[in-house]
Amino acid sequence: MNRRLLFILPLLTLALMAGFFAWSLLAGRDPASIGSVLVGRPAPRLEVKALREGEPPLTDALLKTGKPAIVNFFASWCTPCLAEHPLFTRLAQREGAVIIGVAWKNKPAEANAWLKRLGDPYKFAGADVEGRTGLDWGLSGVPETYLVDGQGIVRRHFRGPITERDVNETILPFLKGAK
Amino acid sequence: MLQDPALELRARDIGRALRCVVCQNQSIDDSNAEVARDMRRAVRERLSAGDDDRAVFAYMVARYGDYVLLKPPFKAGTWVLWLGGPLVLLIAGAALLIAARRRRQVPLAPLQPLSEEEQRRLDALLKP
Amino acid sequence: MIPELGHFALILALAVALVQGTLPLLGAARGDIRLMDLGRTAALTQALLVIVAFGALTQAYVTSDFSVANVVANSHSAKPMLYKISGVWGNHEGSMLLWALILALFGAAVALFGAGLPDTLRSRVLAIQALIGVGFLAFLLFTSNPFERVAPAPLDGNGLNPLLQDPGLAFHPPLLYLGYVGFSVTYAFAIAALLEGRVDAAWARWVRPWTLAAWCFLTLGIGLGSWWAYYILGWGGFWFWDPVENASLMPWLAGTALLHSAIVVEKRDALKSWTVLLAILAFSLSLLGTFLVRSGVLTSVHAFAQDPARGMFILGFLLFVTGGGLALYAWRAPQLQGGGLFQPISREGALILNNLLLCTLAATVLLGTLYPLFLDLLTGNKVSVGPPFFNATFVPICAPLFAALCVGPYLGWKRAELWPALLRLRVAFIAAVIAAIVAATAIDGRATLAALAFGFGVWLILGSLSEFGQRLVRTGFRLPPRASLGMTIAHAAMGVVVLGAVGTGAWNSELMQTMKPGDRASFHGFDVKLERVESLNGPNYVAERATLLLSAGGKSYTVLQPERRLFTVQRRQVAETAIHTNLLRDLYATLGEGDAGNGWVIRLYYNPLAPWIWLGAALAALGGFVSLSDRRLRIGAPQGGKRARTRPAVQAAE
Repeated sequence: MNRRLLFILPLLTLALMAGFFAWSLLAGRDPASIGSVLVGRPAPRLEVKALREGEPPLTDALLKTGKPAIVNFFASWCTPCLAEHPLFTRLAQREGAVIIGVAWKNKPAEANAWLKRLGDPYKFAGADVEGRTGLDWGLSGVPETYLVDGQGIVRRHFRGPITERDVNETILPFLKGAK
Repeated sequence: MLQDPALELRARDIGRALRCVVCQNQSIDDSNAEVARDMRRAVRERLSAGDDDRAVFAYMVARYGDYVLLKPPFKAGTWVLWLGGPLVLLIAGAALLIAARRRRQVPLAPLQPLSEEEQRRLDALLKP
Repeated sequence: MIPELGHFALILALAVALVQGTLPLLGAARGDIRLMDLGRTAALTQALLVIVAFGALTQAYVTSDFSVANVVANSHSAKPMLYKISGVWGNHEGSMLLWALILALFGAAVALFGAGLPDTLRSRVLAIQALIGVGFLAFLLFTSNPFERVAPAPLDGNGLNPLLQDPGLAFHPPLLYLGYVGFSVTYAFAIAALLEGRVDAAWARWVRPWTLAAWCFLTLGIGLGSWWAYYILGWGGFWFWDPVENASLMPWLAGTALLHSAIVVEKRDALKSWTVLLAILAFSLSLLGTFLVRSGVLTSVHAFAQDPARGMFILGFLLFVTGGGLALYAWRAPQLQGGGLFQPISREGALILNNLLLCTLAATVLLGTLYPLFLDLLTGNKVSVGPPFFNATFVPICAPLFAALCVGPYLGWKRAELWPALLRLRVAFIAAVIAAIVAATAIDGRATLAALAFGFGVWLILGSLSEFGQRLVRTGFRLPPRASLGMTIAHAAMGVVVLGAVGTGAWNSELMQTMKPGDRASFHGFDVKLERVESLNGPNYVAERATLLLSAGGKSYTVLQPERRLFTVQRRQVAETAIHTNLLRDLYATLGEGDAGNGWVIRLYYNPLAPWIWLGAALAALGGFVSLSDRRLRIGAPQGGKRARTRPAVQAAE
């Protein structure tokens, strides 16, 4: 009997592996996703100079106002940023969301021109020309978006452009719930 | 690039153990991606500020998680990964040894006398 | 018209494969010789039909027939002819067709050369081969039809992935598939043996040449892939522990174990059920590799276009083949009675140790490759398993393997003494120790482990050669059988690979410098001058080419011209490295980003012993082919069939 079991072992191993594969395929797991460690933790330092001339630099205090905030890293050279831009405009105008934009590896003049052309949804805007703040936030590229609650804790992290669905299913409930 | 060659060597070694987060199985040392460049710079800044290697790795893990380490840390979630191979070797090796020892204790079956047919063939073969 | 002909041939091939996969099985069960003989005819017909299909697709590529969707997606009229042809298998559909072609050709080879096999065994092997073929042909026809048309036909195609437009990679997939698919024959033999309920010396002797052939091709394929990665990826590395590389390494490890355990079955009638299991696993791991590359469950540098629907199909197929094989194994294998008894210290014992270590290595690679997937699904934690992990877990297990490798051939069957064997290896041992000490002291002391590994490399070469030499002396300088000559070559080749890997991996040095034309640098005793950087136009790319003049002691030594190519159709950059080799070391240069104002980033590598890695791989395959040419193993040699069954004991001692 014992010996029998030994001969079934390879089959069991295969079944276990195949189970994982099927799970992965059915769950639509994205193998390229790298996750985020920031979720559930206090937001990293946010100290960048202002993007728009004449405004004071951005500080951590912006994230601890008691009101939730959306932090969005973008760049004028980034095509997917173009796709998500109208969603932010909508969030700012219709929902009155506080959106903090950080232009990543972008010359301020180019970023400003881009915003002038498309409209500026950002209540506060910073310029992270060298990408140091991006690194502190665990950025892998642009666009990336973080939802930070009123106490300065990161609640959600989107890599890549946000979608209509993200807005309806995650961002709006977050804004309402955190208030 | 750091001026101090010893420090630069350490930076290269650390860079080879950190994964470029937007690439596929490339270390930041091998990659031309923007993020990899920033990470290389950050490694050198941390080293220049006097951090030891562990602190530099911790700095990256705080930002990008364990994903950034090409050599996964040994902890609750990864002990199967680290010990899996050695365990296979140990268990299979032990099983083989036990089997070999048991086999030695079983006396060999007594030799069967040759059948008539076999005896006749043997004789035929042995005949000059 | 011709693409439809190909499509039609493929459908016919599926029908023939269905016949070939069922009726001969029935015939074997009933003892009906006519049904059994159908297998041979069907195998040849199927091969012919798949050749027609493959020819049709090749024709579409060669003539740039852009009414075929596959050609549009992967070819371009301006592409050089070599890459038009290699483009046939440079994509998902075409490579699957190549896989089906090789499978059918192996089936035909069994039909042609298997005249010596007992009828039932041959017809069962052919039927199982055909059932595998059914899976692949159905996969092609239902999810990945390479002959699909587009209307209206575009004026030109999208071109081939530039990374694949390289002579090294043109021939890498065919060799790799010859290896993967070769194991299907071994698998078919294993299943047939389980069905027959008999595994004996004769079976092992029939299986061995197929295993050996598959192993040789796989060795060459992996070697070529590694060489390609070395010169195209431009980081000077040769093995990156990428999932796709691991996917080819696992069947190689299992196949190597199988080669050795089959010897025990042949000579000593032991390890039967284990050998059958390895035969099933070697092919299953090949299929697993295909699944991993094409399903999108893992990311990789080399992966094809990924599609979950295809993933599900291959997963189902993998389950059918592997699960079916292992279920049959669980049911029938316990009845296989082991024969010959032996002591732990013996040739059998050494081969078991070899199997134990090789399988542990395969398990380590498997676990490392799949662990990120498991952990992510179970806990949501993301981890990376990269080269440092494998260096820490894989390499240490190689040490006992290499240590034992030279001792094994000295041990006799059944029982042996360890000490006399070790005594006869003393020269090799002392030389290896000296080599390690010299390496540790002469080359900077940072890499003690590398020095140890270097010692192992020397040990492998000298240990194998000394066994060979002593055997020559003993037999009065008569050349040993080719099988054993092949073994010596392949074993020594492992040493050559190890030396190359240590040299390149641990003792390389590198210079990275931003240079403008006219700038000089000094590297490893060479004076390096960037002469110029120029633009040039290739057939389907534009490139920047740097000209580096290397001189030593005032005399000009060589010119290195690394390029950076921008493929115009795909807008993709590929580095073309420049390598100067003298077989003892490579001088390796790449051209990085830059412009005339700021200068260009030039990287120079000095890679000691680098060519030995691929030299060793080629040598190992050569060893395999030499073994294969042994009369005793030659496919279809008259020893097959009934005569072999009465003779195994005669050649037991070797």
